[in-house]
Amino acid sequence: MATPVPPFTAEHERFRAEARAYVAEELRPRTAEWERKRWFPTEVFEELAARGYLGLKYPREYGGRGADHVLDAVWTEELPRCGSGGLAAAIGAHTGIATPPVWKFGTEEQKRRFLAPAIRGEKVAALGITEPGAGSDVAGIRTRARRVDGGYVVSGSKTFITNGVRADFVVTAVKTTDEGGHHGISFLLLERGMEGFTVAGKLEKLGWHASDTAELAFDEVFVPAENLLGEENRGFYLIMANFQWERLQMALGAIGSMQACVERTLAPRDGSSRPAVANGQAARHAVAEMVTRLEAGRALTYEALRRFARGDDAVREVTLAKLATQRAAYEVAESALRLRAAAGASPEEIAELDRAARDSRLGPIGGGTDEIMREIVGRQLGL
Amino acid sequence: MSSAVSPATDQSVLKPDYGSTQRHFIFTEEHERLRESIGTFVERELAPHAEKWEETTFENWVFPRMGELGFLGLSYPDEYGGQGGDYYCNLILAEEMARSNSGGLAMGIAVHTDMATPPIHLFGTEGQKQRYLVPAIKGEKISCLGITEPGAGSDVSAIRTRAVRDGDEYVINGSKTYITNGHRADFIVLVTKTDDDAGYDGFTLFVVDMDLPGVIREKKLEKLGMHASDTALLAFDDVRVPADAVLGEVGKGFYHIMWELQGERMIGAAGAVAGAQRVFDKTLQYAKEREAFGRQIGHFQVIRHKFAEMATKIESARQLVYTTAWRVENGDYPVREITIAKLYASRIAVEVADECIQIHGGAGYMKEYGVERVWRDLRLNRIGAGTDEIMLDVIGRSYGL
Repeated sequence: MATPVPPFTAEHERFRAEARAYVAEELRPRTAEWERKRWFPTEVFEELAARGYLGLKYPREYGGRGADHVLDAVWTEELPRCGSGGLAAAIGAHTGIATPPVWKFGTEEQKRRFLAPAIRGEKVAALGITEPGAGSDVAGIRTRARRVDGGYVVSGSKTFITNGVRADFVVTAVKTTDEGGHHGISFLLLERGMEGFTVAGKLEKLGWHASDTAELAFDEVFVPAENLLGEENRGFYLIMANFQWERLQMALGAIGSMQACVERTLAPRDGSSRPAVANGQAARHAVAEMVTRLEAGRALTYEALRRFARGDDAVREVTLAKLATQRAAYEVAESALRLRAAAGASPEEIAELDRAARDSRLGPIGGGTDEIMREIVGRQLGL
Repeated sequence: MSSAVSPATDQSVLKPDYGSTQRHFIFTEEHERLRESIGTFVERELAPHAEKWEETTFENWVFPRMGELGFLGLSYPDEYGGQGGDYYCNLILAEEMARSNSGGLAMGIAVHTDMATPPIHLFGTEGQKQRYLVPAIKGEKISCLGITEPGAGSDVSAIRTRAVRDGDEYVINGSKTYITNGHRADFIVLVTKTDDDAGYDGFTLFVVDMDLPGVIREKKLEKLGMHASDTALLAFDDVRVPADAVLGEVGKGFYHIMWELQGERMIGAAGAVAGAQRVFDKTLQYAKEREAFGRQIGHFQVIRHKFAEMATKIESARQLVYTTAWRVENGDYPVREITIAKLYASRIAVEVADECIQIHGGAGYMKEYGVERVWRDLRLNRIGAGTDEIMLDVIGRSYGL
């Protein structure tokens, strides 16, 4: 095996081979059905937990693997090969966006109550920030938490919440002051079963069909004070702290998805050794364009990962990496679909590539839109 | 659960070991010092002449001066007068030459350091190295590389310049075109056909002194850009060279030159990224100074987003080049990755230069701002050393398509 490109080591590549085999053998055969049902069984969290995949970067004392973000990065790249962006999104939301704030900002007791069972796959986690009236503009959230004796009373709603239908707990952004802007945001751990906490709807989507996306309603939900995550009114800091890994994870997921699309485009059929795409220069160049997008995105994403993993400020590289990979992943999937469909692919194969295209269309929207990424980069340049 | 899938143990996962530094992982402190010294030299001694050299082509003293500073032999062994550095040193030279604001000058130097002399270093005899490589590293002899012909561009195998054995000599007849440094060169590394019936095994490289009888420097070619470089149409009319002018193996010339092209593409990619970065920086400055509709144009969202897109392209291309260089330095021969890097870097450089003209508006179209020149200079990257279309073909074919 060629020496792996830093930050990956031979050990990481061994883990990659193991994860790749697991995804191919244990997950991919089941995803088509999950997509049809608009749901994957919640037991999948426990299956993945049994292999350690839900706690790769978390300390052993909470049941994690005690490794680093690079190992999690390998897993993030491999998971999209299951062919279901919805499953990847659900697992990514659980390990990459909902539980990290508990790890970073939680009390010891909160880590025992929420992080440890999440790593074991016994509790499903979701992150609740977006509202019907506040998407890219996080400062515009309106869900209000009022101080009462022993805790808070929460009223409001959240939408587009991945895992929201099945989540055992939702790391929820609320306003704790009436002042507008970033300064009055706090995070509360809302638990399923709390009185007044309801799943108001399961949303239909362009892609990500296997994952559940919820509208949540909070009607005077009492949340005990011990469920305050981090400091009151310091929630915006928590959001920002998490964004870098979330965006890097999305870039890595896009790399994994593009890699899978390229490989599926190049797969031979019917005993031939030649990739099953049309003869001729147009198809040859179309494949070359796909690979070029992939490799350009990969080179940049790995640089962002190297910086992030060694603790350097990586905002610039992470933002660029997300911008370079999300639209690219959609276009690469669309090319794969077009090239294979034109060469007589089976309905199952077409369905999987069609799904890849629809699933990756979320990339330029979620985790901060491409337009928001351009704003961040532009402002870093002093514009 | 399949037995092929076995969980890795905790112990098997090592954390990567790298120092906490802002530097890119391929570079060391020593590289940064080299970068600074080349950059300073280029800005002080070359950039001031850039405008004039657009009219006259750059002057030959650049070679001995750069030789004196060690910049023409950064990665060649000490025994030939080189600096004994690694491949990244060449990358740094290609990047820092962009500070000259002269694509033509950067190209003239790159042809010498990374295209014409590497085949002598790799395939040459000791005698050839002493005779050509050593003075080339000193900058006492200027080199050029002869591949393209009036009838053979992308299709290298269509080369018709012939070398015919005659006793202890070869007799060379034919013509070469688009030859950078062709007018000033002291010697040429020449691709010839030596066997009409041997297909790809019918080509041979020669090192030919340019002052031999029959070597005719026909025309200085006018170009869209790269005005500081000289580009020649050359004719070879019964040029007699001794048999020891053969470079490498007889019949292996095609493969030798395919090897050479990999280095040429890498260095071209590095230069393209540096050129793009330079015009980006210049345009960013402009966008912060120029006002329209009562504010700096850079504060318009559309302009801000253009910069974000350009930054994304430049950084992707840079990381592709660095990662590929890392593979080269680690002993790989990554043809596909080099091809991808060359294709991507060339394209984005032209796109960036074009967008920079757009942001400058009318000023971008004017010669005095120097932006249109960058666009004209960089436009060659999508053609030279293999066109975009050839790159796409190479990449596609590497997958059996």
